[in-house]
Amino acid sequence: MRIALFVTCMNDLLYPDTGIATVRILERLGHRVDFPQAQTCCGQMHLNSGYQQLAVPLVENFVRTFEPYDAVVAPSGSCVAMARDNYPRLVPDAAGVAARTYELSELLVDVLGVTDVGARFPHRVTYHPTCHGLRMLRLGDKPLRLLRAVEGIELLELGGAEECCGFGGTFALKNADVSGAMLADKCRNIADTEADYVAAVDNSCLTHIGGGLTRQKARARHIHYAEVLAS
Amino acid sequence: MNPLASGVPFPRAAKVALGDPQLRTNLRRATHTIRDRRAHAVGELPDWEALRTTAAAIKDDVLRRLPELLERFEERATAAGATVHWARDAAEACEIVSRIVRGTGETSAVKVKSMATQEIGLNEALERDGIAAFETDLAELIVQLAHDTPSHILVPAIHYNRAEIRDIFVREMPADADLTDDPAALAEAARSHLRRRFLSAKVGISGANFAIADTGTLVVVESEGNGRMCLTLPDTLVSVVGIEKILPTFADLEVFMQVLPRSSTGERMNPYTSTWTGVTPGDGPSDVHVVLLDNGRSTTLADEVGRQTLRCIRCSACLNVCPVYERAGGHAYGSVYPGPIGAILSPQLTGIGENASLPFASTLCGACYDVCPVKINIPEVLVHLRDQAPHSPAERAAMSVAAWLMRSPKRFAAAERLAQLGTGPLAAALGRRTVSRLPWPGSKWTDARDAPLPAAESFRDWWKHRDQTAGPQGHTHPVEETP
Ligand code: SF4
Repeated sequence: MRIALFVTCMNDLLYPDTGIATVRILERLGHRVDFPQAQTCCGQMHLNSGYQQLAVPLVENFVRTFEPYDAVVAPSGSCVAMARDNYPRLVPDAAGVAARTYELSELLVDVLGVTDVGARFPHRVTYHPTCHGLRMLRLGDKPLRLLRAVEGIELLELGGAEECCGFGGTFALKNADVSGAMLADKCRNIADTEADYVAAVDNSCLTHIGGGLTRQKARARHIHYAEVLAS
Repeated sequence: MNPLASGVPFPRAAKVALGDPQLRTNLRRATHTIRDRRAHAVGELPDWEALRTTAAAIKDDVLRRLPELLERFEERATAAGATVHWARDAAEACEIVSRIVRGTGETSAVKVKSMATQEIGLNEALERDGIAAFETDLAELIVQLAHDTPSHILVPAIHYNRAEIRDIFVREMPADADLTDDPAALAEAARSHLRRRFLSAKVGISGANFAIADTGTLVVVESEGNGRMCLTLPDTLVSVVGIEKILPTFADLEVFMQVLPRSSTGERMNPYTSTWTGVTPGDGPSDVHVVLLDNGRSTTLADEVGRQTLRCIRCSACLNVCPVYERAGGHAYGSVYPGPIGAILSPQLTGIGENASLPFASTLCGACYDVCPVKINIPEVLVHLRDQAPHSPAERAAMSVAAWLMRSPKRFAAAERLAQLGTGPLAAALGRRTVSRLPWPGSKWTDARDAPLPAAESFRDWWKHRDQTAGPQGHTHPVEETP
């Protein structure tokens, strides 16, 4: 099976460790991963901000770049949701590659049939199921099943887990006050768990949550769950 | 004030609500209570998803042949003794209702809670014509007594707690000076206040939850029974009904009577359902009018993506799960339709220009779509409307540049390198990869949270450098094909 990594523009620039972790996990399981250099961005920011026409060429680039692969994996729930929910509507012939694009836990659990990736992470971790993972991709407990199999981990339940963190892309800027109020509630729930780390499937939400945590000098730090699984 | 557009942008109005801790506590408690009750009532039904699909399909069928069904409704209702009027917009609808009431010689009317009459600003229009309209729904009465506007579709006074309601009653109903804030006492005070109104009322005004094309029947679903008093005691009854309220046959009600109460109040069945078809001699009003209201609905219907909004049955489930509504409250939406449904309905009814901030009043978290009993894909419509909304020149320019960079992998990689070069020294000086203060517009981000800086090496660069060390095959690790 030819697996390609779609690292996402945000991970490429800000969180390369998440991309590296994704590669390490898959290689540890014996798979070869390609990184097509032509990839850029999934177009989500443009589409969701009201610039559909600007998103279309980015979608076309994605489709062209990843068409040859059997599976595309991305460590980002929202980018995968973008592909699956919107690509077929935006670009003709995108349906195939959109359907073969998987969030990391989908590839591991559904396609490769693995829940134990042989990781060890002796820390207290709470898990925030992001909106795209939860309600668009319907990941269910797949990321949690992977995390539960990690050696030494102590998973702590997060209160109000299914509530949006208040990120919402440009929402965080356009509706800064409401976004800040939602973030405050999310950070309080995380603090209540007394975890060392909050993990999620999306670095976009984690940037927002993590920014709130460090601003408040909270104990918990944010980490992409791929990095937990790669450890 | 336009009942569908206050003119105040959402972020500004929301800020006011966020600064009121009592309001936030009231909203949080109320929305979470109804939310949990809904989840429980819905969870009892093994065929919930099938019911949603059916409800959506019935509504879609209605929208496909709306003119035909409306004409059938008119014909059947007229045959049963009702008078059917057509109103293109709010002004026309108000004028029709006012004319009917003035024709009776009365100067007051009792009202059952109705979103359609709020949408057209009927109470204010009647007042200008010297007619007093008395709200009889308990929550609507509270709002009217408080000289306030509703902030929720189902619970218009959701922003008040019991103590605040007691104060409003004491202020506006002087006879009840020793009233406590016990819910039963409050309800009793309202009941005796309303009873006097009902017994003297000659004109009733209502909306309708459904209008049945095949029989010409109107249906009102409610909890308190006050609506039924309005519908049966007066001689003249005027109902203002949005044209999308049509159902083809009486049998279709079966589906909606399951999904509506569970979605709105979290009850298996609502306490009172009233149906009436024209006039029945010796029983109920002898002069029955139906005003079929367009007011922007035809335009909404013509939009391929936005059309699904007209499936809405105003259950308010989407308001109760919305994290933005929970914090900002209903008034922030500046329309009688608040919450997620308001964010898509109001701009479509008024035209995007008058409600340009509403499609952005959402994180697109999708909770509204999940609970909607008629499966309106609210996030999809929000994004669709964002495309039509006016953008600031600065934002448009930034987005165009970003898209131009991202269209080409070469330009994108170069831009990444530039960003690293630009911020690298800063990160080195700070000794960390976060900053707590960015210049505008980044300050909107750093007001509430730290911002990350680019990593010293991008993934792209890591991969290249790794490829070199890995030799010509490009991969150091053993490769196995999976079955
Ligand atoms: S959009 Fe759906 S959930 Fe919201 S009020 Fe309408 S029917 Fe109810």
